[in-house]
Amino acid sequence: MPWNRRSWWSIVLGGDRQFGAQKRDLGMFTRRLWLGIAAMVALATVLVARLGWLQLANHEHYITLSQSNRLRLLPIPPTRGLIYSRDGVLLADNRASFALEIVPEQARDLERALLDIRKVITLEEGALERFAKEVRQKRRFDNVTLKSNLSEEEVAMFAVNRHRFPGFEIKARLTRYYPLGSQFAHLIGYVGRINQEELKRIDVSDYSGTTHIGKEGVEKAREETLHGKTGYQSVEVNAQGRILRVVDRVAPVAGKDVHLTVDTGLQAVAAAALAGHRGAIVALEPATGAVLAFVSNPAFDPNQFVNGISTALYSEWRDSPDRPLFNRALQGLYPPGSTIKPAMAIAGLHFGQRQPGDSSYCPGWMRLPGHTHKYRCWQKTGHGTVDLARSIAESCDVYYYDLARDLGIDRMHEMLGQFGLGGLTGIDLPGELAGLLPSREWKQRARKLPWYPGETLINGIGQGFMLSTPLQLAQMAAVLANRGEVMAPHVVANLEDAATREVESIVPFRRGAVTLKDPAQWKHAIEGMRQVVNGPTGTARATGKGATYEYVGKTGTAQLFKIAQDRTVRNEDVAKHLRDHALFIAFAPINQPEIALGIIVENGESGSKTAAPIARQLLDYYFATLGQRDANG
Amino acid sequence: MQTASERDLLSRLHLDGALLGGTVLLCALGLLVLYSASGESTEVVLRQGLRMLLGLGAMCAIAQFSPAQLARWAPMFYLLGVCLLLVVAVVGTGRGSQRWLDLGFIRFQPSEIMKLAVPLTVAWFLNDKLLPPSVPVVAVALVGILIPVGLVMEQPDLGTAILIIVPGLLVLFFAGLGWRWVAAAACAVAALAPIGWYAMHDYQRQRVLTLLDPTQDPLGTGYHIIQSMIAVGSGGWSGKGWLNGTQSHLEFLPERATDFIFAVYCEEFGLLGVLVMLAAYSLVLARGVQIAAGAQEGFGRIIAASLSLTFFFYIFVNMSMVIGQLPVVGVPLPLVSYGGTSLVTLMTGLGILMSIQTHRRFIVDS
Repeated sequence: MPWNRRSWWSIVLGGDRQFGAQKRDLGMFTRRLWLGIAAMVALATVLVARLGWLQLANHEHYITLSQSNRLRLLPIPPTRGLIYSRDGVLLADNRASFALEIVPEQARDLERALLDIRKVITLEEGALERFAKEVRQKRRFDNVTLKSNLSEEEVAMFAVNRHRFPGFEIKARLTRYYPLGSQFAHLIGYVGRINQEELKRIDVSDYSGTTHIGKEGVEKAREETLHGKTGYQSVEVNAQGRILRVVDRVAPVAGKDVHLTVDTGLQAVAAAALAGHRGAIVALEPATGAVLAFVSNPAFDPNQFVNGISTALYSEWRDSPDRPLFNRALQGLYPPGSTIKPAMAIAGLHFGQRQPGDSSYCPGWMRLPGHTHKYRCWQKTGHGTVDLARSIAESCDVYYYDLARDLGIDRMHEMLGQFGLGGLTGIDLPGELAGLLPSREWKQRARKLPWYPGETLINGIGQGFMLSTPLQLAQMAAVLANRGEVMAPHVVANLEDAATREVESIVPFRRGAVTLKDPAQWKHAIEGMRQVVNGPTGTARATGKGATYEYVGKTGTAQLFKIAQDRTVRNEDVAKHLRDHALFIAFAPINQPEIALGIIVENGESGSKTAAPIARQLLDYYFATLGQRDANG
Repeated sequence: MQTASERDLLSRLHLDGALLGGTVLLCALGLLVLYSASGESTEVVLRQGLRMLLGLGAMCAIAQFSPAQLARWAPMFYLLGVCLLLVVAVVGTGRGSQRWLDLGFIRFQPSEIMKLAVPLTVAWFLNDKLLPPSVPVVAVALVGILIPVGLVMEQPDLGTAILIIVPGLLVLFFAGLGWRWVAAAACAVAALAPIGWYAMHDYQRQRVLTLLDPTQDPLGTGYHIIQSMIAVGSGGWSGKGWLNGTQSHLEFLPERATDFIFAVYCEEFGLLGVLVMLAAYSLVLARGVQIAAGAQEGFGRIIAASLSLTFFFYIFVNMSMVIGQLPVVGVPLPLVSYGGTSLVTLMTGLGILMSIQTHRRFIVDS
C-alpha cells in the first residue's frame, strides 16, 4: 500500500497525479457515469410505475376517496304531520320553539358576552359549564346551543340587544305541541327524544335529522306516516369541515296529516263526565268501528314529555295511586260483570238452551246439586220468575247461573269469544291488551288445574277469571248494535298529504260476525237491553227517562271485594279503592245504531248509579249535536 | 443543433441553452402549479417569480467563473459554511429546529451553502490524489463531509443533511472510490440502521412507521400521506384541471405549496402532466450527464456527474415521498417547490454545470 510509505502531510496536501493515469481514470469515470444513468433510469421507472398504479389502476378508488373527502351529506328533517280530530280541530301541532345558539369564532370576546347575556336571559345553574364543555368539543365554526326553549320575553329581549352579541343567534325549531293537552293524552300519545332502543329499531339514515319519535298512542302507531321522508343537502366541505357551498339538495317530504275519527265535543263530554273518577270511556260507531271518543282518566299533559319530562314530575305521575300514565281504555283489565249478560242470552238462544219465554225462578241464590255453596243474586230477596228479557232488564244473576250451567264453559267461551272478549280488537293503537276469557285449556295451561263447575256459574255473570278492557266492552256493545257484525275499531279516519291535498281513507275492516242460527234471536236480547233503560223495572230506568232518542244498555257491577257467605256488606262501608267497579254498555238508536259505548268507572260502586248516567250524558250530547250534524252534512 | 450565432452569443455569456431552457420551463411549470396551490395568490406567485429571477441571476453569475476558480474558492466557502453552522447552532431561529440565520435584511440557511460547498471541496481535495483514493484520503474526505452533516443533523434537519451527504458521497464515487469501499459502506449502512433508528427523533421515526402503513393512524401522522396519495390517484390520466384540484383547494393536502406541490400537480394535470414534467427534468438531467461526459478536467467531470445525480436524487425523493414510497423528509421538488433558498442553491448548481461546459479549452475534435 502506498500510503504507509509516505507522511500523512504529503498524502493530504501533496499532489501525486501521475502521467498515464488520465486515460485509465476516464474509463473508470465513464463506466461509473453509465452506472449512474442506469440507476436514474431504473428509479425513474419505479416512479412512473408507482404513479401509473395510483393514477390509472387505482384511479376509481382514489376519486371515490377524494369525493367522500369533499362532500358531506347533511340531513334535512321532514316536518312531522299534524293530527286533527274528526271535526277538524288541531290536536297535535308543530310550534316554533326558540334556542339561543352561538358560533364561538364569530363572537367578539366570548367571555364578556356570556357575562352580559345573563342580563338578557336567565341561565340555569350549570348551563355555562355545559356550554363551555361543548365549545371545547366542537369546532370554532360550529354552533353551540346556550339555552333552548326561550320564553317569548327572552326572545324579545335578545332581539333588542342583538347588536351587542355578534355570533349569537336565535334559532327557531319546530316542537310538537298538543293544544288540548291531557284530554287526548291516552289517544294521541306523545313524541319524545329517540332513545337507544328505538335507534336499533328505526332506519337510522331516515331519522338522521330527526330528534323525536312517537312514543305512545297515534303518534307511535302512525309514526311512519307522520314522520315523512328525510331530505338531504350535499355540501362541499374543506379539510376542517367548514361548509363551503351546497352542491345538491333533495327536499324532505313532510309527514302526512292524520285525521282521527274522534270528535272533540264528545271527547270533552266524556272527559268531563269522568272528571274526579278513575275510569275509561270508549265510544264507537258500530257500522264502521270508528272510535268517536276515547278517554282514560286521570290523564297527563303530553306536552311535558316532548322535550324531556323532569324527574320530579315523572316520579309523581308514575307513583301516583291514580296512575295517570296508565291507559285504562286499552290496558285496564276489569271483570266485565253483568255487561256480558246480553251476549250470554244470545249464546243461550243460539245453542238452543233457552227460548225467549223460558224462565228461571230466582229466590235470591242458587246452589249446585251436592254442594253447600250458595251462589248469590245481587237481589237478595230474589227476582221470582224471570224470562230472558227480564233477566237482562233486572240483571238477574240466578237466571245466568242457570244458563251458564246449561251452556257449559266450552260453549260460553265460543260465543263470548266471537263478541271479542279475550282477544285483541285490532284497534290501530299500540299496547292493547287481550284480557281473559277463561276456558278449560286455559285453566289447565295457566293454573295446572281442571275446570270446576262452580267456576262456570261465576264466569256466567262476568266474574271469576274474566277480564276485559273498556275497549272490548264498547266492541261488545257495537257487535250487539250491529246484530253480529264485528268491525275492527279504529281511530284514524284518513291520511292527508298536506302538499297535494291527496287523501287516503282508512277502509273500515270487518273482522267477522257472530252468526246465529236464527238472526231474529238478536231482537230478544236487545229488547232486554231496551228494558234496562226503558222498562219499569230496568236497572238503569232512572237515567233512561226523558231521552229524545231510543237507546239500549246494560249495567254491570264488578265485585272486587270477596264477600263471605251469608254476609252482606254495603259499599259505603268499604274503602273507596275496594268498592265495586261500575260498568255500562249501550248503543243508540235501536235501529241503525250510530253509537256504541263501553264505560268503566273504577270503584264507582254500581253501573246503574255511576256509569249509566255518564252514558246518558254522552248520548244526549251526541244526538243533540253530532246526530244533527250528520243529518245536515 | 444550434445555429452558430446563437452558440456564439450563449457561449460568450458562458450560458448553456439546454440547461437554461429546461430551467425556465420547470420554473414556468412551478409558477403555474404554485398559483393553484397557493389558493390563487398572485402575491405568492410574484414573490416566487422574483426568487426565480434571483436564482437565474446566481446561475448566470456562477457560470462566469471557470471550474478552476470554483475549485480554488470551494474550501473557503466550506470553512465559511462550517463557521456559520456553528453560529446557527448558538443563535439560530426557526420553528422546532434551528436552521435560520437572521441577518436583519435577509434570513438564510447556512446549511444551503454546504449543499454545494461540500461536493466542490471534496472534488477539489480528490482532484490531484492518486486514484483510486487511498484510505487516509478517503478518511479525510469522509470527515470533511460528516462535519457539516453532523451539524445539520443537530438542528435537526434530516432532509438537508441527506442533501449534503449525497453529493459528497457521489463525488467520492465518481472520483473512483474502490468498490470495496462501496460494499463496506453498504454493509455499514445496513449495520448502522438499527442504531440510526434509536438516534432518530420521535417524529422522524413516526414518519418511517407511517410510510410502512399509513392507514394505521389515518388521522394522525398517516393523514398527510393518505391525503397526498388520494390527490395523486384522483388525478387520473389527465387530471382534474388547473385550479380544480379539490384535495388542494379544500386544504386536505399538507404543505401543498412546498414539499407536497407535486401532489397538487398530479391532481390537476394527471399522469399526462407528470410525464411532461418528467420530460423537462430529463432534458436538464441529460444535459448534465452530457456535460459530465464531455468535461475535460477531472474536477469538472466529477462535479458535473455528482450535481446531475444529486438533482435527480431531489426529484426522486420528493416524488417518492408524495406518492407514499419514501418517508416524509424535507426535500423540495427542484425548481417547482415554493421557497427561495433551495431554489437559489439548485440554480447555482446548474450554473456550475454551465461553467464546466462553457469554460472548456476547445480541442478540435477529429
